[in-house]
Amino acid sequence: MSMSGLLRTSFTRTALRRGLATEAGQVAPRLKTFKIYRWSPDKPTEKPRLQEFQVDLNKCGPMVLDALLKIKDEQDGTLTLRRSCREGICGSCAMNIGGRNTLACLCKIDPDTSKESKIYPLPHMYVIKDLVPDLTQFYKQYKSVQPYLQRSSVPEDGKEILQSVEDRKKLDGLYECILCACCSTSCPSYWWNQEQYLGPAVLMQAYRWLIDSRDQASKMRKEMLQNSMSLYRCHTIMNCTKTCPKGLNPGFAIQEIKKSMALE
Amino acid sequence: MAKRLSGLQRDVLQMYRLCVREAHKKPLASRPNFLRYIRTEFVKYRDIPRKDFSTIEHLLRVGHRRLETFASPEVKDIH
Repeated sequence: MSMSGLLRTSFTRTALRRGLATEAGQVAPRLKTFKIYRWSPDKPTEKPRLQEFQVDLNKCGPMVLDALLKIKDEQDGTLTLRRSCREGICGSCAMNIGGRNTLACLCKIDPDTSKESKIYPLPHMYVIKDLVPDLTQFYKQYKSVQPYLQRSSVPEDGKEILQSVEDRKKLDGLYECILCACCSTSCPSYWWNQEQYLGPAVLMQAYRWLIDSRDQASKMRKEMLQNSMSLYRCHTIMNCTKTCPKGLNPGFAIQEIKKSMALE
Repeated sequence: MAKRLSGLQRDVLQMYRLCVREAHKKPLASRPNFLRYIRTEFVKYRDIPRKDFSTIEHLLRVGHRRLETFASPEVKDIH
């Protein structure tokens, strides 16, 4: 009885040992320094500052968002940022990382630990807190281009508004935009004329509805852009296309609008 | 002679007047609550130095946004 009991315990012990992953040898920590923009509206008289955080890259995911969330979890719970999907489809975590507007969830951490990584909110936007910019104006502008289907007639059969394959193809590269505001906030024209110039992201959406074969309001849409500020503040600087984290081309879309308006 | 006010100071006074005007559109019973609220919010930052432009501008922005919210006719009372 006691013999079999002994056998069983030794058996389970080896089985357990084999079942679990072996512990890896000690690896030297790779400490990366992050400098993060901090400002709190609770103390408005305090000036914004850069706060330093150190993160061990061996114990952290590969993306900047992973590092930020690790800092928020383990070091400073007051660090504020927007994030949601962590896979580049919601556009919440847009920020300025290493001098470039991008999504934190799509931006790999530079593995070079000798260099520090600087993280700021989107440039030239009012800051609500830490890395959270105020996008009210951006959304108002988006609303002003009336980004929805407008028609005066209904299809004869009363069912669907059909679209040919070619017409659908025209929307590729436009409908993917997630309105993260990376492009608009990287545009110097938008920095200086935020109140009047619509900015690349919104103009690309305007174009998306202009060329939609199902939309019948293109005349009205073009009239809305027919002034010196809304559209023509674009000087093809092309920062928008360079920075777009989704690889879209707002600069091209704006040129297409200009072309179609010039040909009228 | 009264001292001439800077542009920013005038903005702040304008903001205060705008708030009081909006408060007077509210029902008579809750009006004192609104006025008290406006007063406390302005007094809170009374000691900010005159030259601290960025802070004052930020507070003005926040104030305008809050005014927009409270000015809607659905808001009847405030604590």
